[in-house]
This record gives sequence, structure tokens and C-alpha cells, in this order.
Amino acid sequence: MIDVAVTVNGTRHERRVEPRLLLSDFLRHELSLYGTHVGCEHGVCGACTVLLDGRPARSCLTLAAQADGRAIHTVESLADGGRLHPLQQAFHEHFGLQCGFCTPGILITAAFFLEQHPDPTEAEVRAELAGHLCRCTGYAPIVDSILAAAAALRR
Amino acid sequence: MKPAPFEYFRPGSLDEALALLAEREDAKPLAGGQSLVPMLNFRLARPSALVDLGAIEELRGIRIEGGTLVVGAMTPQWELEHSPHAFPLLREALGFVGHTATRCRGTVGGSLVHADPTAELPVCALALGAELVTSRRTLPAERFFLSVFTTALEPGELLVEVHFPAPPGPSAFVEHAHRHGDFAVVCVARAGDRIALGGVAATPVLWDGGELEPVGDLFAPADYKREIARALIERARAA
Repeated sequence: MIDVAVTVNGTRHERRVEPRLLLSDFLRHELSLYGTHVGCEHGVCGACTVLLDGRPARSCLTLAAQADGRAIHTVESLADGGRLHPLQQAFHEHFGLQCGFCTPGILITAAFFLEQHPDPTEAEVRAELAGHLCRCTGYAPIVDSILAAAAALRR
Repeated sequence: MKPAPFEYFRPGSLDEALALLAEREDAKPLAGGQSLVPMLNFRLARPSALVDLGAIEELRGIRIEGGTLVVGAMTPQWELEHSPHAFPLLREALGFVGHTATRCRGTVGGSLVHADPTAELPVCALALGAELVTSRRTLPAERFFLSVFTTALEPGELLVEVHFPAPPGPSAFVEHAHRHGDFAVVCVARAGDRIALGGVAATPVLWDGGELEPVGDLFAPADYKREIARALIERARAA
């Protein structure tokens, strides 16, 4: 067992865990943060994407041990109390989700992407979404949502 | 889909890491984990111990030394992609490596050492004539990649840094994949007159200007790959 101390969404947590514990399971099982979804567990679907020291990471391809001493932001960090993040608001308005399984990872990726590319083209959004599988929407409303959120964030 | 148990070590120096690996025969070094952790999750890899190289500062960094780009093995791919020191060839190629989230975690050295025959960075290393500096010796890219997922590294030997010489002329990186971010069907790196291909053999290969004899796979038969490679080489040479 090893000791892990992480700051998740601004709150410090300390746990003693098995070295093989994945960060995705650490967030869900140890911290009860169920917003991070676990899809494929081999880095393909993107549902479990979180920010690790401000950069996107597949939490299923990261050991909790590797996150020791670092800051993590999950989808729970996006909304400000009852106020949705502009990305979440845009997904709500543009039907950017149906079952919602893939959504947390896409929101995290999109939040980082829009930080880096405040005025992206549709092609750039689609290329970025290649790292996420959605089996409901056919992606078109997700692309619309991200472009709408980009416009809202620029205002 | 959970790893089998292992011991975990997080050394702070290269010497400590080498000592840990020397003491444990089946210990595996862990770089960014973007290939190793899936294999752990599938239990295709079951090492008794992992030696996490993530806390070794001396293995990270990007600098220019007399026109040569020197990249520490543990430098994240995303950092090289966004470094003002990186050659356009490397920046273009890195755009094809997985996705933003895997490039933020995945390392330059990890990709080279993993030696996937379709991976972009080994092809760039070969085209540029890179030198790979290990904990024991310096190897040219031509002698580093031996086969599928197999390099000249010996047990207990770690890649320390990579020296990428500047391209001697025009450069280009072109790739065909089924979807953006997927493993390449074929990819081509050009550095001056040197053209290297990925996805056509067990290792990246230098093109000798002759007819190509690619190895086909489940999703792309040899004839198809030959046509793709021919078109990509033409595109790279037009750059």
C-alpha cells in the first residue's frame, strides 16, 4: 500500500491505496466523485478524461500513485454552484448529449481545447473530438455545442 | 480490466531508477504509461514491479545544442509539440500521435522505446538520423529499432535523451490513418533527401527509392499499403 495525497477540485485528499489502483477508480471509489465515467479502461473512449495539473489525462491510463502531489480537476469542477459552465450551458441548449456517458470527458477536453484555441474552426473541433467516442449523437450537436461555447466564452 | 498487483517505486534520480531495475529482473520502467497501462489493464503485461520515471527531473527538458535538438526521454509529447525549439517536422508529426490527452501524458522517449511499427516519432527519428543516448551508450536510430515493440535496449538500460539533428533540407510529415489519432496505416517523414516510412514493416524503414514491399495487416492489405505509401511519398517530396 502507498500513501497518495491529491488536490481534487480544490480539496485536498489523502488515502492509502494499492499501487495498481487507477486514478479513475480512485476518483469514483475513494472520493465518490462519480462524474468521471469509466468506459473502455484502455484509453480509447475518452470518457474518463480529467485535468491533471491543468492538462487533460485519461484517468484510466494514470495510476493514482502517479497523481500523488498533483492537482486534479474533474467534471464536477466546471459548474459554479447552480450556474452551469458555458460549455455545459451550450451542450444543454444544442442537444450536445443524449445518454450522457461520454459527456464528462468531452467537457474536460473541450474546456482545455478552448483555452488553447479560443476561436477554433469546425475542422479543429472535429479533430479534437477524435479522442472521444459518442454512440448517441453522431457528433454533429457536440460540434455545434463546442462552437457555441467558444463564441460564448469569447464574449 | 484492472492491473494485477505490482510493487511501485518512484525514484528521484536516474541512478536510483537503474539500481531498482537492476535488482528486480521483471520490473518495468513506467514513462507516461499511455501504452504500458493499457497492457497492465488487459493483464498482457504483469511485471512484479513498476519503476515510475515521472519524478526524475534530469530526464526532462528540451534544448538546442549546436543546431541539434536535444529532448529528454521523459519530456511529454505535448511539450515538444508546443516547444519553439521543435522542428516543424516534429510538430507536424506529433499532431498525429494519439490525442491531446495521451500526448500530455505520453513521453517522447516512451514512444521511441515502445517501438510500435506505426508510431510517428520513430519514423521521424530515422528520417532525421537521430541519436539515442541511453544510460550505457549512444545508438543511431538505424540500429535502435529491431522489430515490432523491440529495440536495442538491454534489460536494465534506460533511454536518457534523444539528439535530433536539424533537417538538412525541406521536411514534411504525412500520414494516412482510418480516423484522426488512430494508429497510422502508413506514415512518411521526409528530412532533406531522407525519407522514412512507418507502418510498412516491423520497424520504421528508410526508403531506398525503389519499389515498396509493405507487410499487410488485418485492416490494410499489402497492395493497399503500397498505393498509400507511394502517394504519401509523392506528397512528402513535393513539400
